[in-house]
Amino acid sequence: MPATLAERGRDAAAAAAIALLLGIPMIGLTTVDQGGALRVQTRWPWLAVFVIAVFCGRWLLRYGLDRLRTRRTRARSDSTGTAARPAPGGRLPGALAWLTFGISLALPLVFSDNRYVIDTATTVLIYVMLGWGLNVVVGLAGLLDMGHAAFYAVGAYAYALLSTRFGWGFWEALPVAALIAAVFGLAVGWPSLRLRGDYLAIVTLGFGEIIRVVLLNGAEFSGGPNGISQIPRPSFFGLPFAPPGEAPTFAAFFGLEFSPMHRILFLYYVILMLALLTNALVLRLRRLPIGRAWEAMREDEIACRALGMNVTHIKLSAFALGAVLGGVAGVFFAARQGFISPESFTFNESAIILAIVVLGGMGSQFGVVLASLVLVLLPEIGRDFAEYRMLLFGAAMILIMIWRPGGILAQREPTLRLAAKDRRV
Amino acid sequence: MALALQQLINGLTLGAVYGLIAIGYTMVYGIIGMINFAHGDIYMVSAFIAVTGFTLLAAFGVHSVALALFVVLALAVLFTSVYGWAVERVAYRPLRGSARLVPLISSIGMSIFLQNLVQLTQGARVKPIPPMITGGVDLLTVDGFTARLSYSQILIVLVTVALLAAFTWLIQRTSFGRRQRACEQDRTMTALLGIDVDRTISLTFMLGAALAAVAGVLVTMYYGVIDFYIGFVAGIKAFTAAVLGGIGSLPGAMLGGLIIGLIEAFWSNYLSAEYKDVATFSILILVLLFRPSGLLGRPEVEKV
Repeated sequence: MPATLAERGRDAAAAAAIALLLGIPMIGLTTVDQGGALRVQTRWPWLAVFVIAVFCGRWLLRYGLDRLRTRRTRARSDSTGTAARPAPGGRLPGALAWLTFGISLALPLVFSDNRYVIDTATTVLIYVMLGWGLNVVVGLAGLLDMGHAAFYAVGAYAYALLSTRFGWGFWEALPVAALIAAVFGLAVGWPSLRLRGDYLAIVTLGFGEIIRVVLLNGAEFSGGPNGISQIPRPSFFGLPFAPPGEAPTFAAFFGLEFSPMHRILFLYYVILMLALLTNALVLRLRRLPIGRAWEAMREDEIACRALGMNVTHIKLSAFALGAVLGGVAGVFFAARQGFISPESFTFNESAIILAIVVLGGMGSQFGVVLASLVLVLLPEIGRDFAEYRMLLFGAAMILIMIWRPGGILAQREPTLRLAAKDRRV
Repeated sequence: MALALQQLINGLTLGAVYGLIAIGYTMVYGIIGMINFAHGDIYMVSAFIAVTGFTLLAAFGVHSVALALFVVLALAVLFTSVYGWAVERVAYRPLRGSARLVPLISSIGMSIFLQNLVQLTQGARVKPIPPMITGGVDLLTVDGFTARLSYSQILIVLVTVALLAAFTWLIQRTSFGRRQRACEQDRTMTALLGIDVDRTISLTFMLGAALAAVAGVLVTMYYGVIDFYIGFVAGIKAFTAAVLGGIGSLPGAMLGGLIIGLIEAFWSNYLSAEYKDVATFSILILVLLFRPSGLLGRPEVEKV
């Protein structure tokens, strides 16, 4: 039933009254530093703008919602209730995924001079890696990990230390750093065996903070708050990306003119390759018994135990794999930046990675890609009004959750089901 | 000896503040089963309201500390509980009944939003206010070190105890408390009995925010400096306290807060100030390993 004008007006007025109360202490009043002492400053015009905006916004929202509802009711009565839930587009994400793959391959060719685009795309891919890693733990195994940045940090610091202290190259250090991350994954996974849900969340969160604080204060090995700088960049199978000099360089070997873009493009393809390997690995694992076991445990742990499955192994393997993938992303991050510090591995980082997994739709590989695109590009687009971008980022997280609580691609389906209608299995 | 006594006093003061914030976490968790990550930022909002309030009163020439404190407490509780209500209404109510992780992400978004809102509207710089309550009682002097109980510490502990008493009465004896506890046990059944569940949840959020508001005012008065980032650290600590005490349990939240406060005070004095957070989280992990449902929490019985 559509609301009357008066009802809508009252509703909007109530919202405006709340906005007034919310706005008085934050928008209406502020304190400014004046010669050491604070002084109160008023901003009543801004408060008025805010309250009016909320009034109009609420009115329009109400109006829009009512319209939507009447249309929906009408549509339902037209179709006499039986049919008309559109079949979920089963093939569509598949086609989109291939399209995205094609775009990501071709991107450097199109934008080969545009460093900004390639850099941003590389950042997106790092988050895709991280998201896929966490997706194994949260999306598939259903273990809520809120400290994924810890594994990211372990990978990054492992590479940074191996390369600056022992002179290891990127490719030698990669598997070792991944192994170290796996050990840390097992270290977190072990206490998780007895914990459930939110207790696990706080333990992983605490673990992430412990790692960060240790890195921040262990000045003798991690450089403390200054971090580690001058981390060697990866080379092209032994050929460094450097201006022509005595040693053979990438540009000289291939007879190209030296350009700093070569390294940027190479790094982009490295992370793209790592991400594709990750994707192939995870998709394969999902079809192996261990992958099935993760999903089974997510759905019902007690049933798994009853069937004689080894829950210990299942949980630990999920944590270890998630940690390895996070660690690999960390190695790449360190090699790309050339400088790392504990600042890069705060709880905010873990929250963003978790947001990517949940926004994308837990368990959906392609959803992670979409969510990484959204979450990395959103602040980038907002860079023009830089002050507001994190504000908008927070608001967007809430709004996406309200509009699509299942994530952008809601796909919480078991990979395997009995008597499957389509032959996706 | 004197040093240990001093750390005991400091730890209990800090723990009282953590406990007040932790109650908000534990109540919200009890009633809708979610971690309200924005709760720490609600406390931070209250601290900013307190700074504005104290500065405003000083500008109006109110010099009585008791009056200023009372007025600011009242204002902070009022405005902050509106924030608590709005946070629930905007970010959590539309998500009622969705998967467990969904409101969690929404609350992380809300936390980021509030932090940046305050940073934008109130500025990113540290806000100092002049000390309001000075002086204290010298308790004990050993080897030239004097353990001192300051008046502001007495005030914090007294206010906390009074609030806890009032709060326990509210939950145990009033009709709102009964409704609140009923919703915790079974929301569907409570709704069937004609209780407005949404309203009860809203009130729970407002109550939690009000307690966090008091914590915010007390901390502002005690430390004299705040910034927009204090909510995160305090929120994590308070949440740890709630889990340590057994999430969902009100006495547990207070106990957890006191334990965390004491650990921090003693650890930073006797071992190392840098690693006090590591100590807090390590002890949390150890406790959970041996008592997975916290100190006073009831173990969750799983039914098949």
